[in-house]
Amino acid sequence: MEKSEKAVITVIGKDMVGILAKVTALCAEKDVNVLEVTQSILQDLFVMVMLVDITKATASVAELADIFDELGEKMDLKIHIMHEDIFNSMHKI
Amino acid sequence: MNTKEILETINMIDNEDLDVRTITMGISLLDCAGPDPEAAARRVYDKICAYAQDLVKTGEDISRQYGIPIINKRISVTPIALLAGACPGASPLRFAKALDRAAHTVGVNFIGGYSALVQKGFGPGDYALIESIPEALSETELVCSSVNVGSTKAGVNMDAVEKMGRVVRETAQRTADRECIGAAKLVVFCNAPEDNPFMAGAFHGPGEPDCVINVGVSGPGVVRAAIEKDGRGRSLTEIAELIKRTAFKITRMGQLVAQEASRRLSVPFGIVDLSLAPTPAVGDSVAHILEGMGLEQCGAHGTTAALALLNDAVKKGGVMASSSVGGLSGAFIPVTEDAGMIAAAQSGCLTLSKLEAMTAVCSVGLDMIVIPGDTPAEVISGIIADEAAIGMVNSKTTAVRVIPAIGKRAGEELDFGGLLGRGPVMPVNAASPAEFVHRGGKIPAPLQSLKN
Repeated sequence: MEKSEKAVITVIGKDMVGILAKVTALCAEKDVNVLEVTQSILQDLFVMVMLVDITKATASVAELADIFDELGEKMDLKIHIMHEDIFNSMHKI
Repeated sequence: MNTKEILETINMIDNEDLDVRTITMGISLLDCAGPDPEAAARRVYDKICAYAQDLVKTGEDISRQYGIPIINKRISVTPIALLAGACPGASPLRFAKALDRAAHTVGVNFIGGYSALVQKGFGPGDYALIESIPEALSETELVCSSVNVGSTKAGVNMDAVEKMGRVVRETAQRTADRECIGAAKLVVFCNAPEDNPFMAGAFHGPGEPDCVINVGVSGPGVVRAAIEKDGRGRSLTEIAELIKRTAFKITRMGQLVAQEASRRLSVPFGIVDLSLAPTPAVGDSVAHILEGMGLEQCGAHGTTAALALLNDAVKKGGVMASSSVGGLSGAFIPVTEDAGMIAAAQSGCLTLSKLEAMTAVCSVGLDMIVIPGDTPAEVISGIIADEAAIGMVNSKTTAVRVIPAIGKRAGEELDFGGLLGRGPVMPVNAASPAEFVHRGGKIPAPLQSLKN
């Protein structure tokens, strides 16, 4: 079986209408499958963390990072996409 | 996966200056040596370009894939004195120029290894190389030079120490029109590590494989923030634990990057150097970590103790996080590269003699210290001798990278820009060690028992 590859998308910024819709629309466009979403409002800050499957994605993580950077700039949000390896290696022994 | 941990990582990168400081490719040039200097220099250029052609691009790709800033991509090579020895009578300068050209071609920030290892005496090529350092560093842009003048096993070569005082001064003089930058690219070592990825002291030791990837992580800002957030009211035992945990996380990131770079470049992974390397960015300062432990300002009594705790905790936390740790691994204290150190030096709280004491417990030595332009070569040799003695006796790496600010006095400033930062000219004890320095000979290797 093909090994699945995952990434984490985080969105931080001021809450507004349509954040989730826009981010997931971009994911769908690039065949990125959303596995899990958690979101919360900390004080006035909107924080969303998504675990996504990028095994079949039509863009590399690096390209996705550029695409999300662009969206983040437009919406005045900080959007990061990072390969899951970084979190696994930093926080798990 | 835990949201808190994910956000912690993002916060470290976005707000606390967490980065991988350098991916350094070590390349052996031993097979480039030969009696014809022109041909040897050509082989040096060709080999570096062939091995490192994808280094910068790979570094950038990994950086984007994982979302971690990777600041520098660098190359370290076999000490050039070993190649210079194979073509006696020829100037080693052509090697410096070949290194510089190769570094520009492949796009790295620095190339280290215009070096000689003379702790026990001068071999063929060593004299010529050392004499050519001032010219080499003034006529090239990216070449870094280092000379190892002592070791715990061999003692201190005082003939070399005497020479290096002069060489440091002359290098500064030759680059006086460029803020004396040449001296910032020259390190005098005792117990130099052969796998250090950090400049200016990086070289690829003769005991290393043909080609290897070493990674230097950084993160003083992360440690400072951890102490600030969770360290209030805690005992030093708890602070040490906190630093260990943080160092572990930072090093894991370095290990991941090192493995990935090694895989993509098909070059064996060497070591992760888990050093806290400060940058002039506010907050990314080792001095601020020490101040966070409760010192009014870096340089106060207690600074050496705080630094000893920090240095040891960083090593302990990092060692478990990587399959292979090496290089310098610990806390750097480069004055001009550290906002907190600059401030402490300017206020007079941090002095050269306090810095010397700190080097007995930090990971390297007197680093990036601007001294008055009229400091005689003998005094610089005296500084080098003291530092080498500390390293020799304590079985640790020590180094001197001082920059004589030609034409400037204590209180004035040099500004290098970028990661090298800026710093005030620090006063130096002007009493002359000339007679001691000119005696030459060696300080014998110290006894390894009866340790009191």
